Amino acid sequence: MSLATLLLLADGRLPSGGHAHSGGLEAQVSAGRVGDLDGLAGFLRGKLATSGLVAAAFAAAACHRTLGTSPPAHLARATPPAHPPRATPQPAHPARGDQTPPLYFVPDISDLDQGLDARTPSPALRKASRAQGRALLRAGRAMWAIPEIGREPHQPVALGVLARAAGLGPLEAAVAAAHGTVTGSASAGVRLLGLDPYAVHGLLARLAPDCDRVAASAAARAGDPVDELPAAGAPLLDIGAELHATWEVRLFAS
Amino acid sequence: MHPDQHTHAHEADEVPHTHPEPGVDPHLPLPDAPRALRIGIGGPVGSGKTALVAALCRALGDELRLAVVTNDIYTTEDADFLKRNGVLPVERIRAVETGCCPHTAIRDDISANLDAVEDLEDALGPLDLVLVESGGDNLTATFSKGLIDQQIFVVDVAGGDKVPRKGGPGVTTADLLVINKTDLAPLVSADLSVMDRDAKARRGELPTVFLSLVEDRAATPVADWIRSLVAARVPAAR
Amino acid sequence: MKAFARVAAESDGRGGTRLAELRGESPLLPRRTGAHRVHLVGGAAGPLRGDELRLEIAVGPGATLEVLSVAAQLALPGRSHLPASRYEISASVAEGGELRWLPEPLIAAAGCDHVTVTHVDVADGGHLLWRDDLVCGRHGEDPGDVRTETTVRYAGRTLYRHDLAVGPAAPGWSGAAVLGGGRALGTVVMTTEDGPAVLGGDAVLMPLAGPGMVGIAVGADIRQVRAALDPLCAARVAVATPAG
Repeated sequence: MSLATLLLLADGRLPSGGHAHSGGLEAQVSAGRVGDLDGLAGFLRGKLATSGLVAAAFAAAACHRTLGTSPPAHLARATPPAHPPRATPQPAHPARGDQTPPLYFVPDISDLDQGLDARTPSPALRKASRAQGRALLRAGRAMWAIPEIGREPHQPVALGVLARAAGLGPLEAAVAAAHGTVTGSASAGVRLLGLDPYAVHGLLARLAPDCDRVAASAAARAGDPVDELPAAGAPLLDIGAELHATWEVRLFAS
Repeated sequence: MHPDQHTHAHEADEVPHTHPEPGVDPHLPLPDAPRALRIGIGGPVGSGKTALVAALCRALGDELRLAVVTNDIYTTEDADFLKRNGVLPVERIRAVETGCCPHTAIRDDISANLDAVEDLEDALGPLDLVLVESGGDNLTATFSKGLIDQQIFVVDVAGGDKVPRKGGPGVTTADLLVINKTDLAPLVSADLSVMDRDAKARRGELPTVFLSLVEDRAATPVADWIRSLVAARVPAAR
Repeated sequence: MKAFARVAAESDGRGGTRLAELRGESPLLPRRTGAHRVHLVGGAAGPLRGDELRLEIAVGPGATLEVLSVAAQLALPGRSHLPASRYEISASVAEGGELRWLPEPLIAAAGCDHVTVTHVDVADGGHLLWRDDLVCGRHGEDPGDVRTETTVRYAGRTLYRHDLAVGPAAPGWSGAAVLGGGRALGTVVMTTEDGPAVLGGDAVLMPLAGPGMVGIAVGADIRQVRAALDPLCAARVAVATPAG
C-alpha cells in the first residue's frame, strides 16, 4: 500500500467534480441550521456517522469485491489466448477499437449501486452521487487502469474501484470516503459562510480520529451481504437535497 | 483474460502491475465522427459573454451542428437566458453549476463540463461546435486545454480602455480577444485605438476584434473566425 | 419480557379478507377492530431493556390488512445491565395483497436503549403503506438511545434500506445533517409511484429508485410530522380511529 497514492486519491484537488457540491450544507445554511463553526461541527459529525459511514462501507465493499477476483470458468474458457501467459497486462481502458480484455475481472458490482440507491431516498442525492461517481471515474482513468464498471456508478462504488486499481485496500478506500465526506462540506462551509479557514481545519483535525474509526468499522464489514452493509440515514440530508433541487438560485449543484 | 493469469488472490498491498498507456485518452471513448470543436468563451462579469453566445447561436445555428454549455456562479441563469431567447433549441443547452468557483470548473476540475459536453454529444449525435461559456470571473480566468480547443476572451470598453494594457492570462493568451460594446466607447471616453495598440502589444500575432452587438447582431467577425476554424479542422465532414 | 405475536390475513374468496391467525402475548396483543383492521393493544409499559418483542404479519394474495396501535410505544430504561430492548417486525405481502401499517409513534424516553428492526417483503403486485413515527424524548426531555433498522423489499429486490440512530450514543444525531434539533421524525414508505413533492417546511415526498416512494418529515414535535404525513396516509385509510 502506498501512502502517497492514498493521499492522491483523497486530495480535494483531484479533478473529480467535488468542488461543485456542498454535500448538503448549502441547504442547511439556507434553512438557518448552520451559521457558524459549531453548526458546521454538528452537521459534519452527523454526516460522518451516517452518509459518511455508508460511503465508507460501500467504497470498502467495492474495493473488496475487486480484490482477489478471477473470471468465472465459463468466461476464462471463452477468452481466446490472445497473448502468451506472461504477457504484459493490458490497459483496462484500451484505445478505441482494441478488444483487449480488461486487466482483471471485476465481478458484477451493480448490486452495490442498487444498495446505495435503496439507501438514498432523495432522487437529487442519487443524481449527485452518480454524477460524482462518473467524474471520479474520469479522473481515475487518467491515473490508473480502471476496469469497465458502467458509466455512472455511485461515488463510493467508483472510489472503491479506483482504490483497488491504485493498489489500495478496503480500509484505505473507506478512509478516503470518510475523509471526503467531511472535507467537501467543510470547504463549502468556508465558501458559503466565510468561516475562518484555520478554525475549519482545526475542526477537521478533531474529526480525523472519527474518520479513522468510521473507516475501520466500515472496512470490517466490507464483505457483508449488501442488505447488511451500513444504512445509516440522515433525514435532513435527504429533505434538504430535495428542497435545494427546487431552488432557482443556488451556488452548489447539491 | 488468459486463464493462466490472475487466478491467484490479489493482496491488498499489491500494486496492480500495469499503467495507463501513455497517450490513451482517459476520457470516455468518443463517437466515431470527428468530435466537436470546443470553444471556450470567458471574460469578466458583464462583458457580454452570454449576449455573444446568443449572437453566435443565431449566426451559426443553421449552418453548424451546435450546442452550448454554460457555467454560472448562480445555478442556471445564463442557460435560462439562452433558452428564453430561443436562440437554440432547449436540448442543445446544458448548464453546469460551479459551486462558487466558476474558474475551477473551467480550469482545475473540468469534469462537470466534460460530462455536459459528452451528454450533449450522446443526446444529439455528432456535433461540429460546442461553445463553453464560463461564469463571469476576472482577468485571470482561462480555460483548461483539457476542456476546449480554442478560447475567446471577452472584455468590454465600459470596463475601461486600460484593460488590454493590464493584460492577464485571458487578454494575453486567448486565441481571440473580443473588445465588446464599442458603441459605448464615446459614452465612457474609451479610446479604441489605445485598446487596439495595447492589445497588439500584449498579444503579438494573436487576433483581436472589435464588436458591437447593437450594430452587428450576428457578431460577424467572431462568427467568421469560428467558421474558419471549423472549416480548417474537419474539411471531410463538411 | 419476551413476547411473540402473529397476524395473518387471507382473502375470503368473496372479495373480502378474513384473519386466519391473530395471536399474541402481553405486551403485544393484536385485537381485531374492523373488517380488515387490527389494533395492537399494549399490555404493559415498555419496552424496557432486556425485552424482546417479535411481530409477524402475513398478508395473503388479494387480502387487505391495516395494523394500528391504541397508544404510543414508550421505550424506557429498565435495568442498566440488561441488553437493549428489541422489537422485531417482519411482514410479508403477497401479490394482490395490501398492508397498511399505521401505528402510533415510538417515544424514546430518557435513558432508554432500544432497537426496532423492521423487515418487509412485498411480492410483485403487492401494495404497501408503511408508516413509522419517532419522538425523541418525552416533553422537555432528552432522548435515550433508539436505533431503527428498516428494510423494505419489493419483488425480491431491496427498495428501501434505512437505519436511524438518535440519542447520546449517536454522534451528531441532533446536528443539521440528521434531525437539526427536530424532536420528531416520520417516514412513510409506499409502493405507489408519483413525482417528488414538497409537503411542508421539512417534509418531502420522494420517488425511490425502485417502484415506490417515501415521505419523510422532521418536526419540532409530532404534530408537525402528522400535519405533513397524515394526508398521505389518510388518502388510503378509511377510518383510523381506535375502536372501543
